[in-house]
Amino acid sequence: MTTLAVPATLTSSNEAIRQDTYNDKVVKQFAVMTVVWGIVGMAVGALIAAQLYWPELNFGIPWLSYGRLRPLHTNAVIFAFGGSALFATSYHVVQRTCHVRLLSDRLAAFTFWGWQAVIVLAAITLPAGMTSGKEYAELEWPIDLLIAVVWVSYAIVFLGTLVKRRVSHIYVANWFFAAFIITVAVLHIVNSAEIPVSATKSYSIYAGTVDAMVQWWYGHNAVGFFLTAGFLGMMYYFVPKQAGRPVYSYRLSIVHFWALISIYMWAGPHHLHYTTLPDWAQSLGMVFSLILLAPSWGGMINGLMTLSGAWHKLRTDPILKFMVVALSFYGMSTFEGPMMSIKTVNALSHYTDWTIGHVHSGALGWVAMITIACIYSMLPRLVGKTQMWSIRLIDWHFWTTTIGVVLYVASMWIAGVMQGLMWRATNDDGSLTYSFVESLNATYPYYAVRLLGGLMVLGGMIMMAVNVAKTMAGEARTVNVIPEPA
Amino acid sequence: MDINLFRGIITAVLLGLFVWLCIWAWSKRRKSSFDAAARLPLEDEPQDKRGPQ
Repeated sequence: MTTLAVPATLTSSNEAIRQDTYNDKVVKQFAVMTVVWGIVGMAVGALIAAQLYWPELNFGIPWLSYGRLRPLHTNAVIFAFGGSALFATSYHVVQRTCHVRLLSDRLAAFTFWGWQAVIVLAAITLPAGMTSGKEYAELEWPIDLLIAVVWVSYAIVFLGTLVKRRVSHIYVANWFFAAFIITVAVLHIVNSAEIPVSATKSYSIYAGTVDAMVQWWYGHNAVGFFLTAGFLGMMYYFVPKQAGRPVYSYRLSIVHFWALISIYMWAGPHHLHYTTLPDWAQSLGMVFSLILLAPSWGGMINGLMTLSGAWHKLRTDPILKFMVVALSFYGMSTFEGPMMSIKTVNALSHYTDWTIGHVHSGALGWVAMITIACIYSMLPRLVGKTQMWSIRLIDWHFWTTTIGVVLYVASMWIAGVMQGLMWRATNDDGSLTYSFVESLNATYPYYAVRLLGGLMVLGGMIMMAVNVAKTMAGEARTVNVIPEPA
Repeated sequence: MDINLFRGIITAVLLGLFVWLCIWAWSKRRKSSFDAAARLPLEDEPQDKRGPQ
């Protein structure tokens, strides 16, 4: 065992000892908050899914209305759940693969408390109706400033730790994390450029079509770098770790990295097909989205093939099952995305629930499942244990989540294609065959199935919370000593 | 310079860069260091070398 029980007096004062150990405290804090915010964000998601089925469920209270809770849901699952998971795993991975402690414990602690403050402020201001109205960037300008400060601190801690590493090579996972951190800083600062008119209201400095293009350059790259590159960083460390085998092809991972980050940046215009955005820009976005299939699948194949020769482990290890299903969903949604970016397909799919299905196939199938797997893989090692409290409960979590995601995604696919077909149907005289409310009526049963799927995923997260609490209970006071580089 | 010539050159340079990246990544000279790098996640804790405890 690397984990040693040490007297409290040794840990608190002795700087030399501290430099020989990993900073697992901040990793643990972020890991716990990942589970907490996962439950909160998904519970809000389930509530608004229920509101679409029972519209009266907002009880006439403004801050319970769908329009205010929907951004709360997206912010909570992306930035609170996903963000905490990214902080936890990136801090963990950079220390273990560089054989060095984080650059600064204080600055790392600041990123934790600063990020939690951002989340709490979001949870207060969004239901109160304070919003800049930019999708996935709704938070008002004082919070935007705090995000920028926390994010730059994060970059300093992460990149500073890379600089003082004790192994010559920078492991590929760290490349993905670094690209994610740097790009999100640029995206956030550029897209949040705004003119404050009061303490709680600001307006974007961009106008009209330019505003839309900047917004979707931000929005799509938030998907590409926050929700993809960062989680690929997790994948490249934790899949080999859990499978007990090195990544299938390290060379492919390098080509994967450079191809993915170069191409993703240009795909944003596919969110603005058939709008006032110039036609050439729409076509450019479509072509880059199609090319994006190649690096995406390169990464998926690299992850899945890491298991070749170790497939038998799937029979006994539900964490590996989570990883394989996450990679499969990654492959499916990165195939679906390019298809939906084709203008003629987009003409059918856009503004329908197909988009919601696609997003959740990526967000629940890929992002949430790889996150869950990584936390299960990482947490026991932080508390001096070899595995989670209950493997059986992880298996239950796996099946409820998998079935829940399939129900969610399949119902939204069917609903979306049906809506698209109903909206475009015309009679012989050119009039519309269906009124909008007829399509809404036809969607109704699928909203019930979606709610059921969402509740199953939420139930799985509650199982995870129990497992995490039981694993951390009776935690021995532990420090993980940094081994000499090989 | 004509803007379209510039665009053509950029495209050719980027394509060349991609081909160079692939050749570099798959060169025999890099193999041993990449193999060592690929083992980093498996060697970050002493027990990994000793096998399961």
